[in-house]
Amino acid sequence: MTLKKSSINQTVDKEKFVKEVVSVYPNKVAKKRLKHMVVKSDCESPEIEANVRTIPGIITQRGCCYAGCKGVVIGPIGDMVHIVHGPIGCSYYAWNTRRNMFRSREDGQNYLNYCFSTDMQDSDVIFGGEKKLRQAIQEAYDIFKPKAISVHATCPVGLIGDDIQAVARDMTQKTGTLVIAFNCEGYKGVSQSGGHHIANNKLFEQVVGKDDSKHVEEKFVVNILGEYNIGGDAWEIERVFAKCGIRILSTFSGDGSIDEMRRSHQANLNLVMCHRSINYMAEMMETAFGIPWIKVNFIGVRGMSKSLRKVAKYFDDPELDRKVEEVIAEEESQAEQLISVHRDRLKGKTAMLFVGGSRAHHYQELFGDLGMETTVAGFEFAHRDDYEGRHIIPTLKPDADSRNIEELKVEPDKTRFRPRISPQRMEELTSEQLLGAYEGMIPDMNQGAMIIDDVSHLELEELILSFKPDIVCSGIKDKYIIEKFGVPSKQLHNYDYSGPYAGFRGAVNFAEDVDMMINNPAWKLIHAPWDVEPTLRAETVA
Amino acid sequence: MKAQAQHYVSTTNSCKLCKPLGACLAFRGIEGSVPFLHGSQGCATYMRRYIISHFREPMDIASSSLGEKSAIYGGGPNLKLGLRNLMIKYRPRLVGVATTCLTETIGDDTPRYVREFKEEFSELIDNCESPELVTVSTPSYCGAHMEGFHAAVNSVIDQLANDYDKTDSLNIFPGFVSPEDTRYLKEVLSDFGLTSTILPDISETLDAPALEHYEKLTSGGTRIEDIRTMGGARASIEWGRSITDSPSPAKTLMDKFGVAMQCVGLPMGLRETDTFFQVLESLSGMATPQKHSLERGRLVDAYIDGHKYVFAKKAVIYGEEDLVIGLTSFLAEIGVKPVLVATGTSGKRLRKSIEEVCSGILDKPPLVKADVDFYGIAADAHKLSPDLLIGNSKGYRLSKELGVPLIRIGFPIHDRFGGHRLLSIGYRGAQNLFDIIVNTIIETKQESSDIGYGYI
Repeated sequence: MTLKKSSINQTVDKEKFVKEVVSVYPNKVAKKRLKHMVVKSDCESPEIEANVRTIPGIITQRGCCYAGCKGVVIGPIGDMVHIVHGPIGCSYYAWNTRRNMFRSREDGQNYLNYCFSTDMQDSDVIFGGEKKLRQAIQEAYDIFKPKAISVHATCPVGLIGDDIQAVARDMTQKTGTLVIAFNCEGYKGVSQSGGHHIANNKLFEQVVGKDDSKHVEEKFVVNILGEYNIGGDAWEIERVFAKCGIRILSTFSGDGSIDEMRRSHQANLNLVMCHRSINYMAEMMETAFGIPWIKVNFIGVRGMSKSLRKVAKYFDDPELDRKVEEVIAEEESQAEQLISVHRDRLKGKTAMLFVGGSRAHHYQELFGDLGMETTVAGFEFAHRDDYEGRHIIPTLKPDADSRNIEELKVEPDKTRFRPRISPQRMEELTSEQLLGAYEGMIPDMNQGAMIIDDVSHLELEELILSFKPDIVCSGIKDKYIIEKFGVPSKQLHNYDYSGPYAGFRGAVNFAEDVDMMINNPAWKLIHAPWDVEPTLRAETVA
Repeated sequence: MKAQAQHYVSTTNSCKLCKPLGACLAFRGIEGSVPFLHGSQGCATYMRRYIISHFREPMDIASSSLGEKSAIYGGGPNLKLGLRNLMIKYRPRLVGVATTCLTETIGDDTPRYVREFKEEFSELIDNCESPELVTVSTPSYCGAHMEGFHAAVNSVIDQLANDYDKTDSLNIFPGFVSPEDTRYLKEVLSDFGLTSTILPDISETLDAPALEHYEKLTSGGTRIEDIRTMGGARASIEWGRSITDSPSPAKTLMDKFGVAMQCVGLPMGLRETDTFFQVLESLSGMATPQKHSLERGRLVDAYIDGHKYVFAKKAVIYGEEDLVIGLTSFLAEIGVKPVLVATGTSGKRLRKSIEEVCSGILDKPPLVKADVDFYGIAADAHKLSPDLLIGNSKGYRLSKELGVPLIRIGFPIHDRFGGHRLLSIGYRGAQNLFDIIVNTIIETKQESSDIGYGYI
């Protein structure tokens, strides 16, 4: 199904391209940016600079620490009230802007459509905002009686020294409801990535493993980590898992429930979808509770099948194997039937992906299913291990920014630690790279492909002009720029309000959507009949 | 969202956005300009994504991307580096530097940094054809998006306008209206034979045609040369009853250069538009052109024809202060009964303005709520049982809860298509809104009927 050899990729002199694209920057900036751009070649995996400060004024795709904590990891937990402590904007901008969906459980609690804020005013900045925060928590408790409340700090909070941890402790005691405070001020760290880590830490400390009341009996029980249920992705995954007889105990954090997270330590395996945002949790849960983790990718038909087989392999049960193979056969054939018509129209086309900390990798699999090739890809906020694989983690040197985000010291839980498989099997599956392994994006890319970290606006523009992709996957901030070039842009943060794209049925949706975008007749209508200038595209494609 | 009508300290489902967002919108309406937020990069990212979700157009906002170190030692070096990178890469004609909570809280002296930058990098600035650098203070904890919008326009005027030459031109400060509204305004002014400078002008910068050659800096926007001459203009017209008591660009021009000013309400509906057209008649010395008097006539005709559908329908109106004043004036005159008028900001002049625009039509003015969120609006709306809601997309949940239609207007509109192309000002805009409202009411009646109406 995939194009193994790249023809298009050979037409651009990448080395020359990189030199030209950085030449517009001041010298120092050019030197820095050069390290963020590599070409995949036959030699060993290239080294790329990542997770360092964005250059000011460059117009980045990146967000802030608060966005990573509230917006990405904690916000999707639907049966919790999330209060943003700060002036109004931060809460407003994270109000339903991400399409993490949630279905209320039996208790009917669902606060996802709310936007809670302390709406700090100048007097709060001058005299402190703790009092207001206390009142806000009290009000949320009085009105909604939620199961838990989160508090998220924005820039001014850390600067004026509000002790939100103390407020959270007091209010937990006073209301009897868990209040968790996250010190995720926007200026912390280099991107939203720091916020993911802060969110992981607090969730681990205060939520995971706190409820043993319901004993989980089944054997095939997993948690899915780093799946945010954009456009209903988690529900498609859940459908397939249920068909295979595998129970998903908890999802972090799309369609996430605080109660389920509290019980998540009883699962027998953790499946890591977005490695960047949640690998901390996977590691900590393994140390504390003995739950091994597997990196999966539920995006793409073959990606989904591969991931299911990994799970089956781990559980090592002939009946599960049989069931999984049966489901794969059935689902693949159904999906293939629907996808093939689109593949005929998409085969040989090229894509560029600049998104997230995992998606730029995951979706390459799906483009492969469609017969399309990824020529250039990069992450917004990933670290080097997401590009090059986890084996480089011991070589990473902490810098001032990473040191500012706390690393929790985790010990095996005295009563809850339980090895899930024998030490021999653990060793076997680890050496086979099944457990605790992620090879990163670069090894999966074609020879000659380019990788660009934290792409800037200007670089994106030059890439479009030089590589002439048929589609660029990015987010809403770049979408309309890309489309002004006459190139369709697929938003992979919110799926252009479509989806789901995960799993077998999601792959079909994606195929339909990409076909529709690339083959939209409007792209050919840009020029009026009296417009005699030949177009740039017509010149170069010919 | 059911709630008791009581005062809460916390804000639930806000009915306002933050101050720097308004500044970015205003700067975007200037030719070759790039808004620049001095603060954490998340501000630029969030505001870009938000503005884009309404306009579906590129919206570049640069950031000084401050981290912890800058939060402690000050953001000057980052600001200067950011300005330098931006100028080299984009060659903007103007950079609008707006502050954020972060830089205001740490006490960064942004105007001083910009002055220092101009001295330290004078050669670079010369090489980049000397772009203008305008600064505006927009801490989010002090006012909301409309205050930021007006503050940015005022800063542009204060820092760029002069009166070296007297011109025959008019200054128009429309406030935050849609690109389509701005295009209509230009047409009206041209029909009156008036030359004018509209600041800001987002008609092209935030509603650009499809292209194959992307423009790094979108065409259109108020020309900087024109802004410079605004101090020598004949007169300024400012839209919005809410800004009468606060510093405003028209007032700045009057104070500094003695430019005469006329403040009129946002011309929504017939009466507020009549007032605006009267001002144009007196400034141009000509009668309203027939094209527009015909539009006015057709509008009154439509008011009469459609009255039976809309009369006594109860409406809840929310959004920016000037928008809700304009809408209330319009709704009152078509026979709709505004039952609640709400805005998210302090709305110092709101009550008085609502009384003014309702006088002579309504026996008593509607309930007016300033500094309110959707939680509060919902509490009142449940008691008032309105027939329709009018405001931005954020009222969708409430409209669903109440089972009444929402007519989308204002900002943001991110669950309908073409919100930025909505025409709502002038006779033509009133006609457009009137048709939308009438048809929405008819559709609701049709849909809820067991029998169905073929003719109505």
